[in-house]
Amino acid sequence: MKKGIITVLGKDRVGIMAKVCTYLAEKEINILEINQTIVSDYFNMMMVVDLSNSKSDFATSVDDLDAIGQEIGVVIKLQLEDIFNKMHRI
Amino acid sequence: MINIYEVNETNNMIQNANLDVRTITMGINLLDCASSDIKKFNQKVYDKITKKAEHLVKTGDDISKEYGVPVVNKRISVTPIALAASAITNGSYVEIAKTLDRAAEAVGVNFIGGYSALVHKGMTPSDEKLIRSIPEALASTNRVCSSVNVGSTRTGINMDAVKLIGEMILETAELTKHADSIGCAKFVVFTNAPDDNPFMAGAFHGVSEYDTVINVGVSGPGVILKAIEGCRGADFDTLCEMIKKTAFKITRIGQLVAQEASKRLGVPYGIIDLSLAPTPAIGDSIADILVEIGVEYAGAPGTTAALALLNDQVKKGGVMASSHVGGLSGAFIPVSEDQGMIKAVQMGALTIEKLEAMSCVCSVGLDMVAIPGSTKATTISGIIADEMAIGMINNKTTAVRLIPVIGKEVGEMVEFGGLLGYAPIMPVNQFGCERFINRGGRIPAPIHSFKN
Repeated sequence: MKKGIITVLGKDRVGIMAKVCTYLAEKEINILEINQTIVSDYFNMMMVVDLSNSKSDFATSVDDLDAIGQEIGVVIKLQLEDIFNKMHRI
Repeated sequence: MINIYEVNETNNMIQNANLDVRTITMGINLLDCASSDIKKFNQKVYDKITKKAEHLVKTGDDISKEYGVPVVNKRISVTPIALAASAITNGSYVEIAKTLDRAAEAVGVNFIGGYSALVHKGMTPSDEKLIRSIPEALASTNRVCSSVNVGSTRTGINMDAVKLIGEMILETAELTKHADSIGCAKFVVFTNAPDDNPFMAGAFHGVSEYDTVINVGVSGPGVILKAIEGCRGADFDTLCEMIKKTAFKITRIGQLVAQEASKRLGVPYGIIDLSLAPTPAIGDSIADILVEIGVEYAGAPGTTAALALLNDQVKKGGVMASSHVGGLSGAFIPVSEDQGMIKAVQMGALTIEKLEAMSCVCSVGLDMVAIPGSTKATTISGIIADEMAIGMINNKTTAVRLIPVIGKEVGEMVEFGGLLGYAPIMPVNQFGCERFINRGGRIPAPIHSFKN
């Protein structure tokens, strides 16, 4: 399984999740887990996704999600999960 | 499973505290390029470098994108040219430097290190030929970095080489005086130089290495600074624990990038270099960490102790995070590349003598120190000899990268640009050491017992 972490940070508004999830569905990227908080109007979301069957390559998805983020005024990042595992797990 | 706080912590380090992987450096062995004809040698060197490092830059960029962590520099180190080229019977070694420059440009790396000689006991004709060609080589190339190892704990210090290098540094400064003597920023003189250092200007590919190898230099002064801001007023135990934990996290990123680069390029992974390497960017400074630990400016009383604890905790955290640690592995204290150091010099808190003392407890030495262009060659050699002696006696790597800026005097500023930064010209002790430097010969290897 090729796991990625998507983070969304920015001012809350209608349709952030919808935008991200629509994109993921189009590319057949499966959502494994979602974790989300809103602190004083600030939207903070983390998603664990499985990219094993993704129809686009990883770097393209990074760019696509970044573009979607810019369109709706939030920062969206897709990163391989390993960077977090390596840093926070012994 | 990773949680949202951990993810945010990592991304905060990257976005707000300048966490990056400073360099992926590919070491390439050039001993198999040996030829008696310089043209043939250059062709083989160019072909080998451009073939081996063909995908280096792209791989670094891909990893950077997929993990979301900047990989700032992609670089190459090669076998010391004085060794690889020693069979050559015709032509000037400057042509080899130009070939390295072309190869580096072709594969897109910003620096290539290894225009080097290892002369810690004696010089071969090839070593001397290379050292004498350094000024012209550095003046006629952009990406080539040069280094000479003049001493070691096992062999002592080659004072003939130290004398010659003082003269070569001045000549390099003169030949590049149109650009604030920038040639000298690409040259470093060592004692106990490591074979696997990924950092410039001192990187070369040692003879005990693989044919090609990937070494990675991590960074992260900004991350350490942010972390210890949370320990203000706490005791040393708390402070040290925080530095150690943070260094562990930083190094794990380096380890991940090194393994991934090694896998994708099909090249063995060598080492992670645990050095804290500052940049001129705000908040990416070693001096700022020392200030946060509690001294008013870098150079104030307490600075050497603060640096010692910082350096040691970084190693303690980093060693556990990586399977192979090597290179220089220590906090760098360059002046021009560190905003806080520059400020400390301007305030009058930091002198060359204090930098020398600081280099006893960290890597690497007098680094990126601009001095008046009117400084005598023997004085430069004297400063080098002092720093080399510290390395020799204390069984550690020490280095000197001095820039005598032709036409400028104490207090004036010099601008190198980019990662090399800018620096105020620092005063040099005006008393002479000609008789000492002109003696010639070697300082014998030190005794390895009775360590007091």
